[in-house]
Amino acid sequence: MSAGMSAAAGAAPGAAPGTATGTATGSGRVGDSPRRVGGHDRVTGLQRYVADLHLPDELHARLVTVPVARARIVTIDASAAERVPGFRFVMTAADLPQPMPRFGPQFRDRPVIAVGETKYHGDPVAAVAADTRDAAEEAAGLVRVDYEELPAAFTVAAALDPAAPLVQDPSLRPNDPLVGTNVLREHRVGWGDVEAAVADLVVEQRYTFPMVTHFAIEPHAYIVAPDGDGIAVWSSIQHPNWLQKVLAELLRLPLSKVRVHSPDPGGGFGGKQHTKYEPLVAFMALRAGRPVRLVLTLEETFQAVRRAAAEVRVRTGFQSDGTLAFQDIEANYLIGAYADIADRVVGKGSYPGCGPYRVPAARILARSVLSHTVPSTAFRGFGNPQVNWAVESNLDEGARALGIDRLELRLRNLARPGEAFIPFDTPCDGQWEQSVRRAAELIGWGRPLPAGHGLGIAVGIKSGPTTGLSYATVRLLVDGSVIVFAGTSDMGQGARTVFAQIAADELGAPLDAVTVVMGDTAIVPYDQQTSASRSTVLMGNAVLAACREIQGKLRAMAARLHGLDEATVMVDRGVVRLPERELTILEVLVPGLGRLGGELIGNGEMRKDAEPDHPLGGSAAFFEFNCTAVEAAVDEETGDVTLVHYATVSDVGKAINPLQVRMQDEGAAIQGLGHTLMEHYIFDESGRIRNLGAIDYRIPTSLDLPLEIVSEHVENEDGPGPYGSKGMSEGALLCVASAVGAAVRDATGVAIRDLPLTPERVWRALQERP
Amino acid sequence: MSGRIPIQVTVNGRARAFEVAAHHTLLEVLRDDLQLTGTKECCLVGECGACTVRLDGRIVDSCLVLAVEADGGEVTTVEGLASDGRLSRLQGAFLDEGAVQCGFCIPGQIVAADDLLRRVARPTVGEIQEGLAGNLCRCACYGQITAAVAAAAAAEAGAR
Repeated sequence: MSAGMSAAAGAAPGAAPGTATGTATGSGRVGDSPRRVGGHDRVTGLQRYVADLHLPDELHARLVTVPVARARIVTIDASAAERVPGFRFVMTAADLPQPMPRFGPQFRDRPVIAVGETKYHGDPVAAVAADTRDAAEEAAGLVRVDYEELPAAFTVAAALDPAAPLVQDPSLRPNDPLVGTNVLREHRVGWGDVEAAVADLVVEQRYTFPMVTHFAIEPHAYIVAPDGDGIAVWSSIQHPNWLQKVLAELLRLPLSKVRVHSPDPGGGFGGKQHTKYEPLVAFMALRAGRPVRLVLTLEETFQAVRRAAAEVRVRTGFQSDGTLAFQDIEANYLIGAYADIADRVVGKGSYPGCGPYRVPAARILARSVLSHTVPSTAFRGFGNPQVNWAVESNLDEGARALGIDRLELRLRNLARPGEAFIPFDTPCDGQWEQSVRRAAELIGWGRPLPAGHGLGIAVGIKSGPTTGLSYATVRLLVDGSVIVFAGTSDMGQGARTVFAQIAADELGAPLDAVTVVMGDTAIVPYDQQTSASRSTVLMGNAVLAACREIQGKLRAMAARLHGLDEATVMVDRGVVRLPERELTILEVLVPGLGRLGGELIGNGEMRKDAEPDHPLGGSAAFFEFNCTAVEAAVDEETGDVTLVHYATVSDVGKAINPLQVRMQDEGAAIQGLGHTLMEHYIFDESGRIRNLGAIDYRIPTSLDLPLEIVSEHVENEDGPGPYGSKGMSEGALLCVASAVGAAVRDATGVAIRDLPLTPERVWRALQERP
Repeated sequence: MSGRIPIQVTVNGRARAFEVAAHHTLLEVLRDDLQLTGTKECCLVGECGACTVRLDGRIVDSCLVLAVEADGGEVTTVEGLASDGRLSRLQGAFLDEGAVQCGFCIPGQIVAADDLLRRVARPTVGEIQEGLAGNLCRCACYGQITAAVAAAAAAEAGAR
């Protein structure tokens, strides 16, 4: 296949040359799309998620909350609960070490359980432990909490009001100049002189992005058991090593005494990155001297994780030919009551806010605004979709005002390969124009449309991981089979399959002879985290390095066996090349290991160090780039939006598994249609989430899809990962709203600047159309 | 809460007799009493489809069926679809078409799809989407799931 485009979709109109495959094929070498490793157990029901596991003698925990956001806890009376048969104990702040242990990936602001006051609807004030799930549920319902509702802030405006109640205790960040406000942090980045920039046209608008939740179909689940002189933990978590560190610190245990088992999460999307209720369950297990399990309800997951809402003001300067003169962006992200990783989301998500364009002057100000709402956290796209929605929509406004084609305006400003479009960061690392042109071609940009139809096109960019540290161990066993140890969490993105393909390819093993072991900190080497679409690049490189170390040992072995100079022996993708002939790996391994057998072990390490002077603490390992183009039809009578055609094209460097790339891109696109068309939290005046649960909070179903989706990817082998791969998985979500909103605008002539584009909102906008 | 009721249910072809609490659902009994954890628990209000099983020839959300209601009934869960260690056509098609990501919704999807194919031998894309509209997939493999059901139906037709 030539460099450039490869079609991953089946019967795409005008599909590019290349393998057009929609089904699992190939032997499992790099570039094939074999059946998912671990897929068998997922279709037979044998896959064990945390809630499917049980320990002997375990207790069941249940949370107790109050039905308002912010309240002073007056008394907690468990006397009625104590009479429930099977009740064991109730845990409140008074039962925990004093001062209350706190944790958090950025700020240690989150208490193990609410102390003194609750800060959001769902903030637990107590937890009950009982012999059975029934008893725990009944007893939790009988815990009487007397509380006094307190003033609270649920919106950006309310939280920024100088008279607003403070969300965070000021003593948690005593020397911070912003202490005494609800702004946790401000992030400023920029270059050039925005004030001095001269533009022919300035467009300024304000856009809003809704508060949405991850809604992984697997609710978060935790089990903690006393384990010798330490603890064993089971959690559906993306970052087991980070959890291990948090628990070791809170419990004052050596890392080696905190064993985290992390069975494959049933969907993560960022919501399972960081520690949530594991500390509470750990303190309960230690108190009980028995295992304790807590399985959240879906409603409780809504109260545990969500994406930050945002209000974004954009002022864009254009020259009359469409060239960008400046971008001036102010984004207020509404984060929750505890910081979790939200402030990093704000800083990193707003940072590439100007998009993949050449912008001579830029000023970006982003605020993390605390509020009495569910703590927001990482969610696929990591703060980028919010600003993308505003900036891409604003570009459309400018193009229309200037009478320039919206595609043409983007192409005119798009960064070229090697161009430092963010002056102090990794230069443009792809032929991005290829993705844009292909998406436009797939959607038939510029063709005449029926009345009520419109086209939209948008691009998205996300800064990849800024630091990273992944270790992998690979064992080549005497029969040629392979075990890979990798601390990545496979939450559906397919990391297990990708690592297996790399090892199979490098060591000449059939894919079904490769086992990938993950999810146990006592066995698997350290991995920093599973996030930022990093694993193919960072852990992938570590696996590759481990395989290369084994190849080095095979080379020495072959040289010894055949009396050759080691320098004349090559090992390449599963083949041992001697000067005169080629051998299989087994033909060297078996005689090389000799009568005792044994194995060859390789270790790999991939490190991306921090850069202390960089605004993000490190430059991007790569950029995720995507272009999305859609044709929408709007029903004027109902406001209903139908996506007639949908094209998404991502620059992935190299698709190690093209089918999985396609699954990620289509899945990201459809997930993005949630915040674009239907999803948002609704609060009442007490900060209660009114649409709590699956009946009132709707996510896309099989009936909410575009009538046609085509996903393709660009492969130029220009990424830093194995075989030139780049990270992918989030790219196709970044600009979904922007592309769909643009198509709705094109179809109706009305610009709607608030998401989601529900039928009601669209219908109302149409009624107000002049 | 006290007082358990004896019931008999045939689960995946095996007759089971046990006692259940009156308020326990079929989902709880399958997962907790029979350790058939392939059937998943998510929304508990019959909206997500993760707990879909086949009861007496029709699919149900097992979170909405009391275990006593299943007394004397015949239940098929995802664990009952493969035979002699061989995946069903549908299960194989889910893997071939890339319909499985995290996998948590997949047991419900496959049981619902299996039911659809029993009722409609060669469903259209629209019929598949309608038939599986009650099964949420947040990984959003909907296109691949639809393709898998269609492929399984085609293979079944070809085999006849």
